[in-house]
Amino acid sequence: MRIELDFWAVLSEWPLLLTGVGWTLALTAAAVVVGTALGIGCAWVRARGFGAEHAPRWLQNLVGGYVELIRNTPFIIQLFFIFFGLPAAGFKLSAETASFIAMVINLGAYATEIIRAGLETTPKGQIEAAVSLALNRLQTFTHVVLPPALKKIWPSLVSQVVIVMLGSSVCGQISTQELSYAADLIQSNNFRSFEAFMVVGALYLLLSFAVRHLLNWAGATFLFGRR
Amino acid sequence: MTAPRLNKRYFTLALAASALLAATGAHAQNALDDIMKDKVLKVAVQTDSAPYGYVGTDLKPIGLDIDMANLIGKKLGVPVELVVVVSASRVPALQTKKADLVIATLGKNPDREKVIDFSSAYSPFYQAVFGPKNMPAKAFSDLAGKSVGVTRGAMEDQELGKVAPSGADIKRFEDNNATIAAFTAGQVQFVALGASVAGNMMAKNPQLSAEYKLLLKDSPNFIGIAKGEDKLKARVNEIIAEAKKSGELDAMAKKWLGRGISDLPL
Repeated sequence: MRIELDFWAVLSEWPLLLTGVGWTLALTAAAVVVGTALGIGCAWVRARGFGAEHAPRWLQNLVGGYVELIRNTPFIIQLFFIFFGLPAAGFKLSAETASFIAMVINLGAYATEIIRAGLETTPKGQIEAAVSLALNRLQTFTHVVLPPALKKIWPSLVSQVVIVMLGSSVCGQISTQELSYAADLIQSNNFRSFEAFMVVGALYLLLSFAVRHLLNWAGATFLFGRR
Repeated sequence: MTAPRLNKRYFTLALAASALLAATGAHAQNALDDIMKDKVLKVAVQTDSAPYGYVGTDLKPIGLDIDMANLIGKKLGVPVELVVVVSASRVPALQTKKADLVIATLGKNPDREKVIDFSSAYSPFYQAVFGPKNMPAKAFSDLAGKSVGVTRGAMEDQELGKVAPSGADIKRFEDNNATIAAFTAGQVQFVALGASVAGNMMAKNPQLSAEYKLLLKDSPNFIGIAKGEDKLKARVNEIIAEAKKSGELDAMAKKWLGRGISDLPL
């Protein structure tokens, strides 16, 4: 079978591709910020030496249920449940909001377990030192425990963010105009499916590299400092 | 001694080159011969567009399109292998040779004619915009500011793109089931669908009180064939002409659509 490639047919649709890149990045950015914050909170509740001894039992069960539920079901099912299922219960969300919520709760659950691993590696002496310096529990957590914990698990967390970003490609199924949606729309208009998916594949590759480097830099700069 | 290694390399090269040549040669006009030789006719059908193609109670695809596939298989004297596709993957299924024929409520338009060939028409079809009774839409301009669900890559999508006002919020979904789900869940206010699919949706969801609003296009269905396969196309057209004359097509349309074929274009 001979294939003649015509990339211009795809590249000439650059406004669609640009919108796609924009939505993919916007969803990822929102998921990183809110999802990581959610993950830190939930990780505290679940971590031994922290919430596991201090948080109320019902909260621990709630967070445990959330983490297990999300980590053991496919992302697309979670997305469909929010978009197609929740309206039956009276919560009608736009495709974009549904995608955003799905990505946040998905990343949040994975981030919980990743960050919890970091928290549980905190040497006991560090906390004792903080207490002897008269820091209260919140100060100890935010200044002494969290930065080194985040530093240890940052590469895993960044990988998870990239996975979630690539996973956002299924949000096009509910008509969010992200990058895969652009590819599908372009190839359904001009039938240049091979070229469309090659171009979009390359764009995802670039985005992944960019997001990985950006987060590595941002983590070191704003969250835990360089060594 | 380097000679054997060199020979081996040339041998590999020659093998690759001949494989490439053979593959290129195979492209030219012999889909019909391949079908007869392999004794299997691969037909791409949809299972989300009742009554043309859907899944029966025994979980096997049934519908007018599936009957049509079996009719062609019977006339050719080869068994039919159904390849299930969604709306947007019908044309790619031909391009990538996953299927010899696409019989899946495929409408004819100039964009598609650039990349695939079409047989003569075999069944009637039309697309329209549907919506709730309490939401008036007398003209396409009434869709401004409203959300309209449509299946991406379907004829409705292209037709809607031409006539919808710029203020209309067109939401595209992967397949008819997702489009219908979005409408029944209230995520879109209107929906553009093939008439039979919409009829099925309204019959199953009387609580929606949805109704026909605006006609997008009267477009009968054609069988899609890979570009340049004129021998296969001629044979398929022959079968369609015979079936039209013998009344088989009419009986099929009456069985699945409740009305016979009127004047189908060639």
